Amino acid sequence: MDITVNILLTIATAATPLLIAAIGELVVERSGVLNLGVEGMMIMGAVGGFGAGYLTGSPWIGLLAAIALGAVFSLLFAVMTLSLATNQVATGLSLTLLGLGLSGMMGTSFVGQPGARLPNLDIPGLTAIPVIGRLLFGQDPIFYISIALTAAVMWFLFKTRTGLTLRSIGDSHTSAHALGIQVIRYRYLSVIFGGACAGLAGGHLSLVYTPQWVENMTAGRGWIALALVVFASWRPWRVLAGAYIFGAVWIGQLHAQAFGIPVPSQLLSSLPYLATIVVLVLISRNKRLTMMNTPASLGQPFVPDR
Amino acid sequence: MKKLLIALMATAAALSLAATAEAQEKLKACWVYTGPIGDFGYSYQHDQGRLDVEKALGDKVETAYLENVSEGPDADRAFERLAREGCKIIFGTSFGFMDPEVKVAKKFPDVKFEHATGYKTSDNLGIYNARFYEGRYILGQIAAKQSKSGVAGYIVSFPIPEVVMGINSFMLGAQSVNPDFKAKIVWVNSWFDPGKEADAAKALFDQGADIIVQHTDSTAALQVAEERGLQGFGQSSDMIKFAPKAQLTSIVDDWGPYYISRVKAVLDGTWKPGNVWLGIKDGAVKMAAYTNMPDDVKAMAQATEKKIVEGWNPFTGPIAKQDGTPWLKDGEVADDATLLGMNFYVKGVDDKLPQ
Repeated sequence: MDITVNILLTIATAATPLLIAAIGELVVERSGVLNLGVEGMMIMGAVGGFGAGYLTGSPWIGLLAAIALGAVFSLLFAVMTLSLATNQVATGLSLTLLGLGLSGMMGTSFVGQPGARLPNLDIPGLTAIPVIGRLLFGQDPIFYISIALTAAVMWFLFKTRTGLTLRSIGDSHTSAHALGIQVIRYRYLSVIFGGACAGLAGGHLSLVYTPQWVENMTAGRGWIALALVVFASWRPWRVLAGAYIFGAVWIGQLHAQAFGIPVPSQLLSSLPYLATIVVLVLISRNKRLTMMNTPASLGQPFVPDR
Repeated sequence: MKKLLIALMATAAALSLAATAEAQEKLKACWVYTGPIGDFGYSYQHDQGRLDVEKALGDKVETAYLENVSEGPDADRAFERLAREGCKIIFGTSFGFMDPEVKVAKKFPDVKFEHATGYKTSDNLGIYNARFYEGRYILGQIAAKQSKSGVAGYIVSFPIPEVVMGINSFMLGAQSVNPDFKAKIVWVNSWFDPGKEADAAKALFDQGADIIVQHTDSTAALQVAEERGLQGFGQSSDMIKFAPKAQLTSIVDDWGPYYISRVKAVLDGTWKPGNVWLGIKDGAVKMAAYTNMPDDVKAMAQATEKKIVEGWNPFTGPIAKQDGTPWLKDGEVADDATLLGMNFYVKGVDDKLPQ
């Protein structure tokens, strides 16, 4: 039983940063903006979170710094693409490159230093319950944030008026603008929210997953998050499912290897990617629904006429 | 406007002339790393070697490096760029740079190339390597003594000879203490992804391993061991700060002396493509302090280390291959060529080698 609990906990840790970064990007894309800079914002969050936690000794301050740095960094993207109407794909890519380089430079003095780890939740009486205790009441704080965030984004996008407005901007910014909606302001806020989420995901890496700072420690997770959003056809619960399928297959194949199953490890390593794509494509096979959920003005720059 | 342009061009020309004049005085030595220099592992240690060169040779040299260069055909451009930028000696530090370096070395016959951990050479391409397997034998012995479950978890990157050699040496060391010792092997197909390494360590611990060994570059696995109250070994750097209770020892790479001698050789005009394989006795492979173990285990480790310094090779027969067929006769020592191309397991390894 213990091993099952351990496996589930490991899956949750692996899925959490993907889920948070993807949920943030989902909101950004729903508003019609394509930010390919997730990896860059994530690594900035990772270095900021580690740095602040290391310098102050408090991982909680690190957590806030991760969120803040991700948000500030995304502001750069927002100014470029929204106010100056630059190409979103090119700007997003350069944001990733800039983030990877800048974080390496900022983190030079943190290399080889052990950092502070965010403590796991420990509720007397509840965490000690066998099996479900550790799963429900014994995980790291960011895990709970990730679940709450997913629920909140679902509610916001589909149950609130502001969420409806945001989606309508993503579908047709010109119509939204004609209705008097402040397209650019909405998009600014969405991009900053996405940045904060990516920063938090990075903070999870350097404060929980592997409490250390090393260059490039995101190792492509930002790109996986981006892909999850598309394959989940812009639906929050599918992003959640995708992140956890990815985590589960990834951890599962490690166990399969350790168990000695005679399957080539290269194939096993590619399984998480394959399985996630297959499952998400299968659940998104309803064409009409997918069309409905795809933000029609995704990636197109918008310059309001004055 | 025209005047301004001419003035600008003249300044630029003067500046570039000044730059070449300076470059002629200084020897430019360059490095290509596959990981970030901030990995606190393999690439970090190579970069420490580069800094040692700067320190030792001062204003006679100028150094440059490219990090995060992916292995394979993409690396061609990195080597070519450095060669064009005036590097006189270029060190490629990863196995996967072998073919790109061979190719680029042909194009630039005046530039000296050095490749770590590979086996191809040419008139201006030398190879160098460190006998990490010597250290891994010691790790195996310590693991077999320290483990209660008799099972170690071994996290590995890619099935290249260097890694296979390490697994074999580790197992030989472990079997010399406990013939029934087992290692569970997990391939993460990456040199550097702390998250994946941590996940692999967790999976291995969950399946009953209580000692973790790695041939990947970050401190993540050791941190998991520390968290779980289990033990493990560092890799490339001394990682004791990350796992004060968990690290038993670490194989530390010290490339400084070698790099200094090679750059000096270029300065003196005595450089020739070499084929060196440095070990513990040359100081290129160092064992970090033996910690978190009883005195008798420590004494055993030190004795083995001494034996290796005196010239004993862990790959000394009798050794059988995984399927039981004999490989080395009693007292026979494996030759370097076989080791450098090693593509088979020794008896007792519980894994199918990915091909």
